[in-house]
Amino acid sequence: MFHGPGGGLSREVERAGDFRATLRRLLQYLRPYAGHLVASLLLVLVNTVLTVAAPGLIGQAVDLLWGFVSGDVEAARALSGLNRNMLLLLGAYAGGWAAIMGSFYVMVTMGQNVLYNLRSQIFGKIQELSLGFFDQHEAGDLMSRLTNDTDVINQVLTMGLNRFFSSALTLVGILLAMLALNWRLALVSFSVLPIMVLSTVFFSGRARRAFRLTRKTIGGVSAELEENIAGVKVAQAFSREQVNVESFRQVSAANRDANVTAESITAAFAPTLDVLATVGVAIVVGFGGYLVLNNLATVGIIVAFVQYVRRFFEPVRAISMIWANLQSAIAGAERIFELLDTPPAIVDAANAVELPTIEGRIAFEDVCFEYNPGERVLEDVDLVAEPGQTVALVGPTGTGKTTVINLIGRFYDVCGGRVTVDGHDVREVSHASLRRQMGIVLQDTFLFSGTVMENIRYGRLGASDEEVVEAAKLANAHDFITRLPQGYHTELTEQASNLSQGQRQLISIARAVLARPRILIMDEATSSVDTRTELLIQSGLQELLQGRTSFVIAHRLSTIRDADQVIFIQDGRIAERGTHEELLAQQGLYHDLYVSQFRTEVEAEPVECEKV
Amino acid sequence: MRPFTESRSGRQSEGRAGRRGGARGTPLLRALGFLSGYRWEAGGAFTSLLLSTAGSLVVPRLTQIVIDQGISAVSMNVIVWGAMGIVAAAVVSAVFSYLQGYLAAKASQGVAYDLRNALYTHIQSLSFGYHDRAQTGQLITRATSDVELVRMFISTGLVQLVSALLMMTGSLILLFGTNWQLTLMTLPVMVLVLIVFAFFAGKGRPLFIQVQQKLGRLNTILQENLAGIRVVKAFAREPWEKERFGGVNLEFRDANVRVGRMFALVMPLIFTLANLGTLIVVWGGGYQVLAGRLTIGELVAFQSYLMMTMFPIVMLGMIIMAVSQAGAGAQRIFEILDAVVEVTDRPGARELSPIEGRVEFENVTFRYFSEQEPVLKEVSFVAEPGESVALFGATGSGKSTIINLIPRFYDVSEGRVTVDGHDVRDVTLQSLRRQIGIVLQETTLFGGTVRENIAYGRPDASEEEIIAAAKTAEADDFISSFAEGYDTPVGERGVTLSGGQKQRIAIARALLIDPRILILDDSTSSVDIETELRIQKALENLRRGRTSFIIAQRISTVQRADKVVVLDGGRVVAQGTHEELLRDSPIYAEIYCSQLQDDRELLPAVGAVARTEAGQEVS
Repeated sequence: MFHGPGGGLSREVERAGDFRATLRRLLQYLRPYAGHLVASLLLVLVNTVLTVAAPGLIGQAVDLLWGFVSGDVEAARALSGLNRNMLLLLGAYAGGWAAIMGSFYVMVTMGQNVLYNLRSQIFGKIQELSLGFFDQHEAGDLMSRLTNDTDVINQVLTMGLNRFFSSALTLVGILLAMLALNWRLALVSFSVLPIMVLSTVFFSGRARRAFRLTRKTIGGVSAELEENIAGVKVAQAFSREQVNVESFRQVSAANRDANVTAESITAAFAPTLDVLATVGVAIVVGFGGYLVLNNLATVGIIVAFVQYVRRFFEPVRAISMIWANLQSAIAGAERIFELLDTPPAIVDAANAVELPTIEGRIAFEDVCFEYNPGERVLEDVDLVAEPGQTVALVGPTGTGKTTVINLIGRFYDVCGGRVTVDGHDVREVSHASLRRQMGIVLQDTFLFSGTVMENIRYGRLGASDEEVVEAAKLANAHDFITRLPQGYHTELTEQASNLSQGQRQLISIARAVLARPRILIMDEATSSVDTRTELLIQSGLQELLQGRTSFVIAHRLSTIRDADQVIFIQDGRIAERGTHEELLAQQGLYHDLYVSQFRTEVEAEPVECEKV
Repeated sequence: MRPFTESRSGRQSEGRAGRRGGARGTPLLRALGFLSGYRWEAGGAFTSLLLSTAGSLVVPRLTQIVIDQGISAVSMNVIVWGAMGIVAAAVVSAVFSYLQGYLAAKASQGVAYDLRNALYTHIQSLSFGYHDRAQTGQLITRATSDVELVRMFISTGLVQLVSALLMMTGSLILLFGTNWQLTLMTLPVMVLVLIVFAFFAGKGRPLFIQVQQKLGRLNTILQENLAGIRVVKAFAREPWEKERFGGVNLEFRDANVRVGRMFALVMPLIFTLANLGTLIVVWGGGYQVLAGRLTIGELVAFQSYLMMTMFPIVMLGMIIMAVSQAGAGAQRIFEILDAVVEVTDRPGARELSPIEGRVEFENVTFRYFSEQEPVLKEVSFVAEPGESVALFGATGSGKSTIINLIPRFYDVSEGRVTVDGHDVRDVTLQSLRRQIGIVLQETTLFGGTVRENIAYGRPDASEEEIIAAAKTAEADDFISSFAEGYDTPVGERGVTLSGGQKQRIAIARALLIDPRILILDDSTSSVDIETELRIQKALENLRRGRTSFIIAQRISTVQRADKVVVLDGGRVVAQGTHEELLRDSPIYAEIYCSQLQDDRELLPAVGAVARTEAGQEVS
């Protein structure tokens, strides 16, 4: 919102081969539809032939009428000839209609399939990319690539290709006819062609740069929308609407101006070609006149040429316009391919093995980690969680607790040392097989739009309704869910405030529980849940956790005290470790942190709790 | 879709709003109303179109002159001048053609800009109740894709439509003048064209609406996928997400194909109808010639006029799609613009002057949905100026709902909330919310730097003020530890902050507006206990003279409050000071003791230490 428009992906480097490489790559997507292309081409051909034949049929009919009027043809023959030709014409029109309809039909199907594939690829790519990528890119800009950028490609694919075919065909036909009629005049009237090509090149270069800016700015608009709609409640809480509207206006105006510039270039392009085409006509008339005066041509030829030249430049103009539109499509395609080409930071190793069902022994060996090169977040982390153990990670905020658990699921890669699960380095097993065995309750409780049931089932798609309810009961969520208007079938949205934060946490816990994980990770999973409910959850989980390894991050003593190991992390290093009692006995950092907590709780001492 | 079709009380069902026409007019016409701000550009574009058309019409005439008077009369002079005249006419035509394109771009982009701003402004002002049901992806689709549909129509379709209709009328008059019998013969074709046009323009809209709806779904899945990418990855649900997306992607493709196929049917159909006109003229004219009622010259002349008539008809074929597409977009845009802002300044709402900070709930009952069980039932309590009030209760007991009513994010269903005796519904939202600093449960930070995020509520705050707020929120230390300090970018493209760090920035953000009423909704849940204590201490100074509301799970936080309101199932079951409640409220005492006693059993040694230390502090 505060930064300017545009995505971080765009590197503004333009190489000469870029355009052609992008175009070639885009055309690759048409390859599976070669049959469609050929069919469409043939249909366009049929249509062109029929369209060209139609004036001939009319001409013949007029000739017959002429013959009748001048007395050469008798009425009956003229009449039957007229009828025959008109029926043929009807047939030609109908055939032309069928052909062009068929070719549109084929092209639409092809174009939409290509776009479908592109979108699938983009989305698939987004699923592949690792978390580090999303830390650096705006959701709105990524969305814009999948929708807005594919849309401009659509415009060229579905309409452009067809027009390109028919224009090219017409062009060739007329070209040949002109050469046959009078080659001198033909060659001279072609003289404007090179200028047309040059101006096309001139304009298209500019157009592409301009369109690239429109693509980028619409990405900015999209990003601004995404962020501020998602955060609209905060905006209203701080009466920030006016300021936001102002800054949106700016981003939006940048997009508007980029569009006006790009469209102006296109708007200048067409008339330029028109002028050139008319210069062609003038040349025909002027030079043709000269030829006639020198008996090298007839007036009839000039009249025909004037018609031809007009017809001739129409397809040239159409092709040039498609070319201009292509600039916009290429600008969009560049952004799409840029995304598709981003290598995921974390991929399954080539020889990655499926992690078999694990016992749950997790070991960090001398692990270091940095989000940005050079900025160490974790250093020298060594720890072992034996199967079935509960490990509590504690320490001040921002010291790397969440980072530690992010490494177990290999959401990021370590910069040194290694993380193993049952002795397997997490980098040597496949993602899916690792994460499937983990249940994670994250700090931000994200729920998808859909019903409560669907949200819990996200943890294990094959789970039956009964299992979902069972998991909800374990997470102590069942009671409040049944009190919702439609129970488990109540629709939730991202921002729905009919659920409290604590209730969202309970649903997230149920989701993780349902996954029946070998390793359970709870990152402040109960921070917004009241202590009584938390106790209930803990007793519920106790059974589930039998024989499973779990990691818990929490600030509340009640959550930590039963852990088999407590790891105190400070400034990215393990400062203390041991059981709760051991650490208290050490009288170190852990002791200090929890003494303070306890102290405040016993300050209001006079009341005797025993009576309760 | 649901958020938009499921109407809440007062909002009318919008699905067919546009169809009814009525006082508001069709959505497309309403969208065209936005053109009034660009009437000069639009008028200029139209005039330029006429002039450039006129210019290009001169060219054939000049060509004819060159042939008749130059070549036939063997005059090189006429040929040269004629040729130059042709080029001159072309240049004039080109200049106006460029102007037309440029002005149309200005006007249409201007309208798109205004529409988008209107949407954004409205979305910003729609109340929490609306956003609880709306999907971000849907809203984004409307502000981008739907606006673009309307824009495309204005930029090319509209001018073409008007000029096509004008040209049709003009040439029809010419046709009648030439030969009215033949004209009558072609009339059915034209009527047919108009019927086809009207039919498909109407039929196209639902198809386009479907396309846009699917696009909205697609965007929603994508947007949620991006927002929840951590959850997706945590559960290794990428294949499932791909499948989910794939399903809607397929539906989107099919909706597009349906539209494309209709297009494949209609455009050639109209083209063929135009050709049919030619056929009728030649055929019918031929009979007339054979009957001796028409000369061939007349037939040929009529035929060329007819071509002039058919050209705009063919153009209409192309415009149909643009019309129904734009209609679909406009309808979806106005669905949002027409959504009623439920919480808004009532007419004559007064500015709330600087307040003392007395907040009172009088018999407040509240439901999120009108059909639902109330979330709050007859809640009454008072917070005196300067008092700190802790809201205490189990998960889902209504704590957050109560504090959502103070800045009037929602309107109460029954009863009233007053600030310094003013019903919050009687004062302007701005003047109310500007005096309230709130830290919401879910910490949302925005892209931009730490500084900009803290200054979110007061963009003009000075450096010292920002740092002071950060210090109070115990955020200064970690912010200063970043290489770029307060200029460190955060949010989607910034550094990875821990939950506790985000919360502290959010607290600083609330403190910076120097509110009379401070609301902390579970805002230190992810902060370690030591830091929280320091924040509490700092806040205690700040709280002096401010009314504050605190929701917290930690009993230590709660017991420091001047007053505790205990909630259970949406009702106030007890209120008073910590001591009073321990004595009088079994629920409170139970929760308190469960926490405390547990800890004490666990911490016998520490307990002793703490007690002595506490003793020392007191003495």
